[in-house]
Amino acid sequence: MISVEHLTKCYGDFVAVDDISFEIEEGHVYGFLGPNGAGKTTIMNIITGCLSATEGRVLIGGYDIFEEAYEAKKLIGYLPEQPPLYMNDTPLEYLKFVGEAKGLQGQELKEQLERVIQQTKIEDVKNRPISALSKGYKQRVGIAQALLGNPKVIILDEPTEGLDPIQIIEIRDLIKELGREHTVIFSSHILSEVQAICDQVLIISKGKLVAFDEPQNLEKLLLAPNEIIITTDAKEEEIKDILANINHIVDMKIEEGEKEYEYAVAHIKTDHDDVYEISRNIFFGFAEKGKALLEMALKKTDLEDIFIELTEKNTQLKATESEEVDQ
Amino acid sequence: MIAVLKHEVKTYFHSLTTYVFGALLLAFVGIGSVLYNIQAAVSNFEFVLSFGSLIFVIIVPILTMRVIAEERKQKTDQLLYSLPITTAQVVVGKYLALLLVYLIPLCLICFYPLIFSHFGDVYLLTAYGSILAFFVMGSALIAIGVFISSLTENQGFAAGIGIAIILFNYYSVRLSEYVSSTAMGSLIAIFILILGLTAIVRYLTKNDYLAYGISFILVAGTTITYFVDSTKLEGLLPTIMKKLSLFERFNVFVSGIFDMTAIAYYLTVIVFFLFLSVQSLEKRRYN
Repeated sequence: MISVEHLTKCYGDFVAVDDISFEIEEGHVYGFLGPNGAGKTTIMNIITGCLSATEGRVLIGGYDIFEEAYEAKKLIGYLPEQPPLYMNDTPLEYLKFVGEAKGLQGQELKEQLERVIQQTKIEDVKNRPISALSKGYKQRVGIAQALLGNPKVIILDEPTEGLDPIQIIEIRDLIKELGREHTVIFSSHILSEVQAICDQVLIISKGKLVAFDEPQNLEKLLLAPNEIIITTDAKEEEIKDILANINHIVDMKIEEGEKEYEYAVAHIKTDHDDVYEISRNIFFGFAEKGKALLEMALKKTDLEDIFIELTEKNTQLKATESEEVDQ
Repeated sequence: MIAVLKHEVKTYFHSLTTYVFGALLLAFVGIGSVLYNIQAAVSNFEFVLSFGSLIFVIIVPILTMRVIAEERKQKTDQLLYSLPITTAQVVVGKYLALLLVYLIPLCLICFYPLIFSHFGDVYLLTAYGSILAFFVMGSALIAIGVFISSLTENQGFAAGIGIAIILFNYYSVRLSEYVSSTAMGSLIAIFILILGLTAIVRYLTKNDYLAYGISFILVAGTTITYFVDSTKLEGLLPTIMKKLSLFERFNVFVSGIFDMTAIAYYLTVIVFFLFLSVQSLEKRRYN
């Protein structure tokens, strides 16, 4: 659906996007993940034709976004970081303008307006001036605008930024819903969000694409869960004794609880493939000594870890590269 | 284009500046007709328009200051870039909306000569001819205003620069009598003009070689002319100032001549500045 080939964007000497290539297929939800200033917005602006590329090209459904802009842009609905709203309009007037600019007319325009207003749930506010709407509603009007013309691809730049928790959940649900009919690309620097709604994640750091995979696979990239956290009423010495009898424990860290509660928390690391096997052994080990396990949890690696690892790796790589150059 | 036009017109009727524009234009032309047609009992409506044209200095920048600057400030230009319409369509749509706003008070003004003709001999042909010229001249000024608005995201700045440029244009004929008409004076003035042109080309294209190349050729050309035949440069500057003045050309209509070259000049100015506005918008994508 979208193919990005060797995309590079420079602002003077600063390289904002550095030779990125990827393919986006139809009918999935894609998440652009990266810290602030990683180049997410720049990439999105180039894909939607708002910005020119220094090098490389972008094809939308086979149409070059610069050479065949009209055909390419018809396939895209875009919500920039700051919703581009005319504050004096009402949502209805605004959407009518966007619809007409997208070439919709008469009955078709009317039907589409009704559909997007219903889809984004802005029926109640559609005749109020946009300047009087809350941030969440403004965001919805922005999304409604992107949906007009029924584009195949919907691109949303940080759609949940600056919203309150309830609004965030609503917008996420909306994105999920849109993912059923459209290809959705959205950017975020919140990992849990990407993890929750995306089929595919693109991690961008310092203008480079550092990972492109399903969230589950990315998690697999890192080690399988290998840390067990227990809370017990045993003393530190007792914990050490019990764990000494269990194989495959490579590391442990014990934090003594405060005296009045008389419990301790231990972080246990294992190199065994099956963590549950180790958990079982720990459980019976404590049971034998008559000590209670108040809580036992597996620490799963999540995208956060991968993200930090990948982006740090990238930094370290850069650092070593520049050191090499220095030498 | 139609969508942009419709939306702009709707926006104008919600905004105060449109009404200020219309009211000031009507008030000034009204005062003019009281002075000339009623008090002095002159039957020529053209004089009124000549008098009224001064108000363009204020009202054109007020009308045009927000047209593109506001889009930038509110970041709504991103919407326009991502929609399946070209920047030329956006600029032309916006420009036509401005012309429509300008036409409304002008339609009212069209009744004045008719009313006066009931009380005396009004030569309607020159009256309406100069109203038409008045419309085209205003349109050219509006095109300049659109371009100035496209250069900045600050409305106040756009208005200020607009007033300065139109005011200079208004007085340029009178000023031209005071500027040096020697060859040396012209040479220096031309160099300054070339410098300004270089700055604009460089700003719009971000291409140093192109800008410096153009200015080098122009500087070389004028310098050679100066040394070969300096008499050619004599009096050039006042002539240029007179020729460039939009208001000066309007005075030909006031004296009762329908000057097609002036109309052609106005149309050229319109196309030129709209073209520059499109380039200025396109440039934003390439920065």
